[in-house]
Amino acid sequence: MIRFEQVHKKFGRRTVLDDVNFEIKKSEIFIIVGLSGAGKSVSLKHMVRLLSPDAGKVWVGDDVVSEATGTELERIRARFGYLFQSGALLQWMSAGENVGLPLREHTRMGDEEIDRIAREKLKLVHLEEAYDRAPADLSGGMRKRVSLARAIVRNPEIVLYDEPTSGLDPLTSRTIDKLILETRNQLGVTSIVVTHDLHSALSIGDTIAMLHEGRMVELATPKQFIASKHPVVRSFLESQYITTRGEWEGNATP
Amino acid sequence: MAAAGRAILTTVRNTGRALLMLFEAFFHMRSMFGKRMRHEVMNQMYIAGIKSLGVITVVGMFTGMILALQTGLELRRFGLQQNIGTAVAVSMLREMGPFMTALIIAASVGSAIAAQMGTMVVAEEIAALEIMSINPVRFLVMPRLVALMVMMPLLTVYTNMVGIFGGAVIGTTQLEVTMTAYFDNARLYVVNKDLYVGLLKAMVFGIVITTVACHQGFATREGAVGVGQATRRTVIISFLTILILGYIITRMFYTL
Ligand SMILES: Nc1ncnc2c1ncn2[C@@H]1O[C@H](COP(=O)(O)OP(=O)(O)OP(=O)(O)O)[C@@H](O)[C@H]1O
Ligand SMILES: [Mg+2]
Repeated sequence: MIRFEQVHKKFGRRTVLDDVNFEIKKSEIFIIVGLSGAGKSVSLKHMVRLLSPDAGKVWVGDDVVSEATGTELERIRARFGYLFQSGALLQWMSAGENVGLPLREHTRMGDEEIDRIAREKLKLVHLEEAYDRAPADLSGGMRKRVSLARAIVRNPEIVLYDEPTSGLDPLTSRTIDKLILETRNQLGVTSIVVTHDLHSALSIGDTIAMLHEGRMVELATPKQFIASKHPVVRSFLESQYITTRGEWEGNATP
Repeated sequence: MAAAGRAILTTVRNTGRALLMLFEAFFHMRSMFGKRMRHEVMNQMYIAGIKSLGVITVVGMFTGMILALQTGLELRRFGLQQNIGTAVAVSMLREMGPFMTALIIAASVGSAIAAQMGTMVVAEEIAALEIMSINPVRFLVMPRLVALMVMMPLLTVYTNMVGIFGGAVIGTTQLEVTMTAYFDNARLYVVNKDLYVGLLKAMVFGIVITTVACHQGFATREGAVGVGQATRRTVIISFLTILILGYIITRMFYTL
């Protein structure tokens, strides 16, 4: 569904992606982990051509998104929903209007129908009461969830989640995990999830990829991932108290 | 030498980009009559118009008063102070009205637009619009452009009125010219062309302010620092452009 072919990306003299190759299959939940600044968000942005590679290609289905322009790019982007790391809600619109915006701009639906769908999507993220509130009045986690509702409002084929659960309490995080699983199971959505939360990565992911200093150092199923011998992966797992057997190991272990 | 060359090149390139954006915004004006856009245009007009009305009143008033005092004292030396009405009215309509209004709008509305666009870039809101295939030029620039193209002339008319009134106050209190004489004199020598040229200027200045502000805002990089820079550049570049274009327009319509 999405394929990175020898993708290189530099900002100035800083190499951020250094020969990155991988393929994401249809309806897969593909997790990207890595330390801060590893190039996770940059990778996501390449999938919708918010950034273009210096060398290499990014494929979406049969299209080379990294070279697409104009209406072709619009057509490719229409297949995506994108939850930005920062939320990226328009400040002067209410939460509900933000969620309905893609429908208002791209469909001929009436206001009432848009309203109904927006409420429905907000309900999925447990925020139906936030419909009329301004983004500035919401907490960081709530903004993120509104943004998630907006990302899925047009039922996209592919959803890019940039840290969907960072800043959320554990209970809400699990709700989001469930939402990602459900959209895949019911609608066959392909999900790419950037996260620091290894617990959710291990429980919902089909494939886990680890980026480190611009390279993909591991690409494995959750089972293989926790057994990985790669030193970077090992220290990453240990930093979250996860052992090779996938158990949580901390002071409170009985 | 090389640095100067580079600076010129950058300026030319930025001007080119800003003009392209402006043409695109003009092109998208056909969508301004849709229900939602109409609403947004009205909203922007309200923001641009109401926000600076207080400052404009004070500035307009004092501009007229200064003009009256300055020219009035000179004219009195030759016993011609009853012509003060014309002097103030013509200067206000042709030059000072549009100019002062534009400076205030650039500093208040222009800088606010740049800050808002810059913040949207930093918060990835512009990127989000692009992903949703919502053209930022149509969605953000066009309504602001229409709003300022309409509001700048309207505000200029207001500045002119306040300024001419300010001149009248000085005329009656310090130059012994009666109200009636002042306004009769003004009406006698002011021609429609003075008003039209001034309003044309105002509209051009409105276009300049929106274009510079949006272009600088969109070009914001590097977080909150970048937003501050974009705002500062907007004010400086707008001021310079307004000054230069103001001269060129006057030169075009009033040959010696
Ligand atoms: N538009 C840009 N211009 C210049 N440098 C950039 C840009 N975007 C990202 N970078 C740089 O690329 C590197 C990777 O950034 P990226 O946002 O992908 O990190 P990340 O893996 O998402 O980290 P985090 O977990 O903190 O979000 C960083 O060093 C960042 O400074
Ligand atoms: Mg990131």
